[in-house]
Amino acid sequence: MFELSETDIERYSRHILLADVGVEGQEKISSGRVLIIGAGGLGAPVSLYLAAAGVGTIGIADADTVDLSNLQRQICHFTKDIGRPKVLSAKEKIEAINPNVKVVTYQEYIDSKNILDIIRDYDFIVDGTDNFPIKFLINDACVMAEKPFSHGGILRFEGQTFTHVPGSACYRCLFGFPPPPNAVPTCSQAGVLGAIAGMLGTIQAAETLKFLTGVGELLTNKLLRFDAKTMRFDTIKTKKSKQCPVCGEHPTVTTLIDYEQTVCDLASHKK
Amino acid sequence: MAQLIVNGKQQEVNLPINVAELIKENKVFQPEMVSVQLNEEFLNREDWINTSLKEGDVIDFLYFMGGGSN
Repeated sequence: MFELSETDIERYSRHILLADVGVEGQEKISSGRVLIIGAGGLGAPVSLYLAAAGVGTIGIADADTVDLSNLQRQICHFTKDIGRPKVLSAKEKIEAINPNVKVVTYQEYIDSKNILDIIRDYDFIVDGTDNFPIKFLINDACVMAEKPFSHGGILRFEGQTFTHVPGSACYRCLFGFPPPPNAVPTCSQAGVLGAIAGMLGTIQAAETLKFLTGVGELLTNKLLRFDAKTMRFDTIKTKKSKQCPVCGEHPTVTTLIDYEQTVCDLASHKK
Repeated sequence: MAQLIVNGKQQEVNLPINVAELIKENKVFQPEMVSVQLNEEFLNREDWINTSLKEGDVIDFLYFMGGGSN
């Protein structure tokens, strides 16, 4: 277990003051290994808060480069970063906030061939991706490898998130199979209010810290959603489904699947 | 008549009604983007039409949401 230095105790004093966290909890955070998939709208605030919190190792996976249209919400990327790989831009900001954090970058597309190797080294995975093929892939890989993860989605003025730990409801328990290609708008098609990414991303970051420290009650077997137009938040109870295609009694999804992306998603990924 | 709880709000419906009909009656936006939870359990899309609703049923329409990196 990580041992805090005197400067660490000062840096993390506002965590340590929390009776539920204390030195022990901060040491758990500082020993934690978290993988963030997607260094975009959600991954940006997650990476900054986890860096500030002193998570020991932060892995960050994204194949893209920073685009001018990203800067409205992807707050770890600055104007000067346009054209640079997102993972390098994110790494630079994480290290500037907190040089104690070890950053591992994966500048590649995550698919059925590499995901299990990448997630293996981490305690917790944050889904900050924007399309359904990869969201289902992250779910299936985490269920199969028994890794906990935070799911996040945002659209227009709304966001939703839940946390999965082995044995709790997974993404497929709630949604089954991906929607038909082209049926679902992503940010690049439908738009999103920039601050929504921060609202949802910071919830995911808080869930990550709760998981690492063991404090409180995770968003397991529930889906938290909000609509920023009314600022109404609600939590829907969910259940692990017996019929779930990946974690149910008779799973039909037994190997990882690379679902087809919509033409629009591919175009926006500059593949 | 029956009282349902749809997305957290009480709703009165005429019986019989199945899930597909409720979706139509409520003019649910982009039903292809919706996942239905009936009494906290996921309901397969193929079963929407043959799942009749009854007094006290709790229905939630969940939307697929992407967002994040891009």
